[in-house]
Amino acid sequence: MTDRIENSVELKAPVSRVWQALTDHREFGTWFRVRLDGPFEPGRTVRGQITYPGYEHVKWEAMVQKIEPEHLFSFTWHPYAIDPNQDYSSEVPTLVEFTLEKIAAGTLLRVVESGFDKLPDKRRFEAFRMNEGGWGEQMKNIAQHVG
Amino acid sequence: MSGKRTGRHALAARALIFAALGDETRLLVVTKLCDGAPLSISRLTAGTDLTRQAVTKHLRVLADAGVVRSERSGRESLFALEPRPIEEMRNYLDSVSQQWDGALARLKAHVEKN
Repeated sequence: MTDRIENSVELKAPVSRVWQALTDHREFGTWFRVRLDGPFEPGRTVRGQITYPGYEHVKWEAMVQKIEPEHLFSFTWHPYAIDPNQDYSSEVPTLVEFTLEKIAAGTLLRVVESGFDKLPDKRRFEAFRMNEGGWGEQMKNIAQHVG
Repeated sequence: MSGKRTGRHALAARALIFAALGDETRLLVVTKLCDGAPLSISRLTAGTDLTRQAVTKHLRVLADAGVVRSERSGRESLFALEPRPIEEMRNYLDSVSQQWDGALARLKAHVEKN
């Protein structure tokens, strides 16, 4: 049973450029679509407001773990914490780790998010329902349609 | 990049689920359980013209497909949607992974411009 996801992308840009886009909180905000309240520093909780259209009411929060220049940037957070009426603070957060590697084309960036096995079942159930392929939601639609 | 994790076993399990759900009454029962809270047979029959026996029979079919599980609460049995942790987890991780794919695509556009 896996409790992590790994994504990677090859970027045609030098490691130093990618590092800056990742760890400068304003630059991070432009591509992640969040407006952050201050810089990333180890041990600091960074808060912000999502700027992704339709999700502007969602608050963003992460606790910075490691900043190893041009190599590793990591933070913990509560994934998919988009319900404003829900208190996620008692849940065990997941760990997000960005690692950078120099390659011929530029930079290989890996993102590993781990610790999903500690999430409460309820959260997974919610997320499952949010998923378009979730049969619970589909069944509701069908029931409404036929009802 | 992440791949779809829908294997043959997942498809077979899903086929069984959809077969169990391919009935109007059972679909109604599942809809009532969609909020996640366990319900008694009386609660499930309330507002319908179904008998306890009929609902019990349908709940058994749903339980056999792994859609519903039962638990005892005093003298009553309560029924709830089965969390199906493994398949859910896969779906969940797929969703999170898709979010990351989107974020990384935007990062790529960001650092590669000019």
